[in-house]
Amino acid sequence: MITATDLRLTFGEGTPLENPALRGMSLTVNQGEFVTVIGSNGAGKSTFLNALAGEVLVDSGKILVDNIDVTKLPTHKRTGRVARVFQDPLAGTCEGLSIEENLALAIKRGKLRGLGTAVKKQYLDRFRSSLETLGLGLENRLTDKMGLLSGGQRQAVSLLMASLTPSSILLLDEHTAALDPKTASFVLKLTQNIVVEQKLTALMVTHSMKQALEVGTRTVMLHQGEVVFDIAGKDREGLEVKDLLNLFEQQRGLTIDDDSLLLS
Amino acid sequence: MLSNIAFYGALETGLIYGLVAFGIYLSFRVLDFPDLTVDGSFPLGAAVAAMLIIAGWNPWLATGAAILAGMAAGAVTALLNVKLKILNLLASILTMTALYSINLRIMGRPNVALLMEDTVLTPWYNLGLEYHQVSVLLFTLVIGVSLFLLWRFMKSEIGLAMRATGANARMARAQGIATGGMIVLGVAVSNGLVGLAGALFAQSQGAADVTMGVGVIVIGLASLIGGEAVITPTSVFRALLACVVGAIIYRLAIAFALNADVMGLKAQDLNLITAVLVTLAIVLPGARVSLMNKFKRRKA
Repeated sequence: MITATDLRLTFGEGTPLENPALRGMSLTVNQGEFVTVIGSNGAGKSTFLNALAGEVLVDSGKILVDNIDVTKLPTHKRTGRVARVFQDPLAGTCEGLSIEENLALAIKRGKLRGLGTAVKKQYLDRFRSSLETLGLGLENRLTDKMGLLSGGQRQAVSLLMASLTPSSILLLDEHTAALDPKTASFVLKLTQNIVVEQKLTALMVTHSMKQALEVGTRTVMLHQGEVVFDIAGKDREGLEVKDLLNLFEQQRGLTIDDDSLLLS
Repeated sequence: MLSNIAFYGALETGLIYGLVAFGIYLSFRVLDFPDLTVDGSFPLGAAVAAMLIIAGWNPWLATGAAILAGMAAGAVTALLNVKLKILNLLASILTMTALYSINLRIMGRPNVALLMEDTVLTPWYNLGLEYHQVSVLLFTLVIGVSLFLLWRFMKSEIGLAMRATGANARMARAQGIATGGMIVLGVAVSNGLVGLAGALFAQSQGAADVTMGVGVIVIGLASLIGGEAVITPTSVFRALLACVVGAIIYRLAIAFALNADVMGLKAQDLNLITAVLVTLAIVLPGARVSLMNKFKRRKA
């Protein structure tokens, strides 16, 4: 379970470029929920995810993961509980290392690393069987360099790496946005399968309202660094993009002018 | 052509610079951390080993102390970068500059002779080998052991974490790797190797000198890049092997150039030749590709 309470963060405080990215964000994600997060550019989606991951530290507020206060912890000390897939398909893996070496890095996420061989024989079967689930034939290419794979393949492996060891929450940062439509839907399907099969708790940022309603169990919309609405269960069933827009206008008395949010 | 002694001499220095190339591979290639500390940690290793040997230490213990001193120097550079956020290149220049004074302090004078002292080489002279072959044999053993240990280290969990840190720091952090700690460890090990090289160099040359570090970085880089041109570093093992081969080729080439009277080169031209060689080694692989492309285009 993840609890974020009254998160506030301003970039460039006291300068002409002062930008309040989070203005009292609060959100509780329960065990087993798959939350999709939407919002226009500058709504604070990525900052919120970065704050949960530890890449940025908030000015004030509290972040609890499984009731443990991680507000002040740097990224690498949160990774025992927080797994992550980046938007850039090249960012989640190391192209100079082989597929098995990348997976070996992930299998030790949040654990102590020693001087024993990194790619252990007993891992290989597990690597092969998880790669098989991707259906990309990568199980026969364990020693190939990651850089030989396409963006979509690399993103699929990133997803696998994030789910190789248990975590309290899986953060997905627009992880299909940089892929072509066909690959994007493949990776999205894969995401849904992994989340359901492993009963993961996940938070997925997306730029598409359609995707936000189709995937997951709960949808949260951010605007100007705050949650404007939060729907789940019966309220969310059968909802369409135009209903979301209405909801947003009711809440804020505003209309959405971000075309990409409507069109995609 | 080269005389026998000049050949073994080149081999001997080549093997020592193989250790330097290992260190530079770690900082420049693995961690993507351009580290000039080596110009200071090489004479530091020499100074520490020389002074301890003169003080009556066992030469191997003195060499071990030189490794630790080099590691400390590397750790200082890395901490300046990681903790104080000083640009990596600048941090290493600061440490290198400071080391010049420190080395003078350690030795108490600009150079120290080791001619009458027992060194790591002394016991080997009784084996019945020729004088100039002894150091080649011993240093081959040292570099072989270092290569094996480094190779195993790079394949270990910590080693893999270090490679990820240099290749993709954001991903490394997301996998729970303390990237700052990895940089400190890597740059320390790198300079420990260079300290070892300095200690061995002082013992084989019979002296430690405060200026012996000038240009070590360039020679190490020349060895690394030259080696990579000969042995494509597709794996860690090949990359390490390339360091040794590159260092030996480099030294042989220099010895050859200095011995060939027709070219009219003298010892004082060494750094100029090195700079030219490094430039060629950096430029040529790219030039080869663009030439090939031109050729292909003409054919098509």
